[in-house]
Amino acid sequence: MISTESRPRLAVKARLRFDRKSSRYMLLYPERGLVLNPTAADVLQLCTGERTVSAIVDELARKYGHDVPLVERQVMDFLQTMANRGLVQAAP
Amino acid sequence: MSEPYRPYTLVAELTYRCPLRCVYCSNPLDYARHRDELDTITWLRVFAEAEELGVVQLNLSGGEPLARDDLEALVEGARRLDLYTNLITSGIPLTQDRLARLRGLGLDSVQVSIQDVTAAASDRIAGTRSFERKLQVAAWVKELGFPLTLNTVLHRENLARTAEIIALAERLGADRLELANTQYLGWALTNRESLLPTREQLERARRVAAEARHRLRGRMEVLFVTPDYYADLPKACVDGWGRRFIVVSPDGLALPCHAAHTLPGLSFESVTNCSLGDIWRDSPGFNAFRGEAWMSEPCRSCERRAIDFGGCRCQAFHLTGRAAATDPACHLAPDHDLIEKARAAATEGHPVPLVYRMPRAVPVPSAHGTGAAHDRGGAPGTVGAP
Repeated sequence: MISTESRPRLAVKARLRFDRKSSRYMLLYPERGLVLNPTAADVLQLCTGERTVSAIVDELARKYGHDVPLVERQVMDFLQTMANRGLVQAAP
Repeated sequence: MSEPYRPYTLVAELTYRCPLRCVYCSNPLDYARHRDELDTITWLRVFAEAEELGVVQLNLSGGEPLARDDLEALVEGARRLDLYTNLITSGIPLTQDRLARLRGLGLDSVQVSIQDVTAAASDRIAGTRSFERKLQVAAWVKELGFPLTLNTVLHRENLARTAEIIALAERLGADRLELANTQYLGWALTNRESLLPTREQLERARRVAAEARHRLRGRMEVLFVTPDYYADLPKACVDGWGRRFIVVSPDGLALPCHAAHTLPGLSFESVTNCSLGDIWRDSPGFNAFRGEAWMSEPCRSCERRAIDFGGCRCQAFHLTGRAAATDPACHLAPDHDLIEKARAAATEGHPVPLVYRMPRAVPVPSAHGTGAAHDRGGAPGTVGAP
């Protein structure tokens, strides 16, 4: 489970790539890929295994000028979905 | 993913050479006629042209891609283009040193095939002793930090061991397990009577896989690919003809799928004469089954025509003799009785000898899916069941 203290990083199998055709980031993994919306790409680019979820949320809340609780809820939901799909791993 | 025709994946069939002789090999029966192989420079140009068209995924496949001694150069070139590169291999022949070199050059992921959970059963399907080596290679893949996909093709001889296959994948630390039911094209069509399971066998295995998918969520991805023969609705084969995939055969034919060159009356160009971009846009072969104008009823007015694109063109041809027919796997297809008869035969279950993949000079066109009958019986490839 992802918590605010987790330090998420991309799964070994997953790699970000900027797609010139769609001007979006893609998350690539074996035989599959997801086209990311700009917010999802921003979150995943911060998933380096060093930052905590709280730190990621703070950074994005500042960037977008949104309230921390709102950003936190969205980031946690997104990261949990990605973790369930085996695309993000989280060290406690 | 909204562009109607954008290739995302290039399947580079680097060679048809392979030390294994699997009875369900998807290579064409006449693979031995395609002896010439593209050289390194040409493959690297093809990768670059593919990337230019929008390809982001590269599957290095075959045959056995390890048989190419320029695999290192190809991996290095693919990584320079930032392609996500997946090696699809039997694991033979391979050393740990070579695998480590490929890791260093930027190979992203390795898929190893395992035919079954015991050496005897696995080697029987592969037609060579290979099981123990494969386990060793899978262990190296993990030690070197690659993501590991384990691929097992399912059929009536191993479906009952789906739970053991999953347990083996867990022991090997696989990140992904592909339980791919045999698709009955190529050598698998020749061996259909030996391989096609009953509905009960299939349903039991599907339940086992579903339980494992739930239990292993987030740790190991468990895919279970239903065979067309029991799906009742056809698959969107290659996500639709000429929409998402380009396959390049060892001798350089650019194809919408790996068996497209077995369809008569279609012309496909070689990457040695044309750029991949020109082929993708203008090749009559790529355009033959794009859009809906080629469809006949019941596809033409079907509400699923933009979902499954009429199914698999190769299956349509190899079962009915007409590539533009509705895929007989569809329960609405006029030729669906061909599938029903095959299923009935599977339920009766008369054991027949396996035919192993082997070089063969003459292609075997089959008008009504009876290829199995005249391929067998004294043909040079026939090997009795031990």
